[in-house]
Amino acid sequence: MENKNNVCKEIIRRSGVNPRKCMKCGKCSGTCPAYDEMEYHPHQFVSMVETGNIEPLLNSKSIYRCLTCFACVDRCPRGVEPAKIIEAVRLTVVREQGKNHLKPDQIPELLDDDLPQQAIVSAFRKYTK
Amino acid sequence: MKVSYFPGCTLKTKAKVLDYYARKCAEVLGVTLEEIENWQCCGGVFTTSTDEVATKLSSVRALMNAKSKNQPLVSVCSACHNVLKQTNAQVKNVADFDRAVNNYIAPDEYHGETEVIHYLELLRDKIGFDKIKEKVVNPLTGRKIAAYYGCLLLRPGKVLAMDDVENPTIMEDFIRALGAEPVIYSFRNECCGGYIALESKQLAKEKSNRVIENAKGKGAEEIVTACPLCKYNLEKNGCADIPVVYLTELLAEALGVKE
Ligand code: SF4
Ligand code: SF4
Repeated sequence: MENKNNVCKEIIRRSGVNPRKCMKCGKCSGTCPAYDEMEYHPHQFVSMVETGNIEPLLNSKSIYRCLTCFACVDRCPRGVEPAKIIEAVRLTVVREQGKNHLKPDQIPELLDDDLPQQAIVSAFRKYTK
Repeated sequence: MKVSYFPGCTLKTKAKVLDYYARKCAEVLGVTLEEIENWQCCGGVFTTSTDEVATKLSSVRALMNAKSKNQPLVSVCSACHNVLKQTNAQVKNVADFDRAVNNYIAPDEYHGETEVIHYLELLRDKIGFDKIKEKVVNPLTGRKIAAYYGCLLLRPGKVLAMDDVENPTIMEDFIRALGAEPVIYSFRNECCGGYIALESKQLAKEKSNRVIENAKGKGAEEIVTACPLCKYNLEKNGCADIPVVYLTELLAEALGVKE
């Protein structure tokens, strides 16, 4: 992988987020429905990308916990839109060769009679490339 | 009135009833839903990153098709609607994304011209809840119904622009138009867990349960949704012990066309 400054720059560019707007109020994390299952929380994603502390995020399961509910996007008082940063970090990982988080052969055991197709396509969109 | 219609993959399979009654009620209300030819799955969830292009082209093609007919593009699944509307806004507002998209679709061109609306907006803005009220033959009098917006119908508010993101009224007004009583509760616009059902059943269970408990605590006897995944999570992971129904089922009931 390229050096970590370039990775951070790329994440910021791809997300369209300016992490320096963040005033570290924590409201995004307070409203995040996945908070309890995250090792790093939305406000930490923002500040860690800002300071270039990117390795822990790339290796954390937290990137697969975001539900794309956009609550943090609408409730951040500074318009930072943390979900976009989390998405950009996750893409950095899953776009790498062999780094898909969900593999097609895992699907059959996850199915049940009522599971809507929408759940499967959404998970593929988020967890694989 | 004729509008373009994007049903989406789940409405052709597990949520056929959502689609079936959307069409049937539209007919009663004098609107033809013209299904886009050869539409392809929207992908279920929007990828915000502006360098993610190819996976959004199915949405762009549906939007272009509606544009060619000069019709608004309507969908009833919250997720399809969310993806179509956000994709449309990204083409319109992000120059790099617009350029990349247009490289793929040349010699055609698309720059976000289509009006993307949800079925609820069709009811409220193009038909009018007052008109619908007039067509109700079987009012749902006395029923206490909780509207479940979830996330995708409203957010991000800046783009979806359907209603106030924290204090929405569109579904409650819809419920009132059908003669029932809306139940207001605080978790109506909180997430059910969505696709996390595949990654962490536990998380989907917790998120769904708090929605159901909160609605029931406020006196709800049934919950109405526009999203097949919300319905699934509330019923399967949240073990809802009150009915969770699609908005088009309620509408069909009130209009007297429910089978
Ligand atoms: S809500 Fe916004 S300003 Fe507050 S910590 Fe989160 S990103 Fe920063
Ligand atoms: S979009 Fe993701 S990070 Fe933001 S509140 Fe929802 S689950 Fe949490």
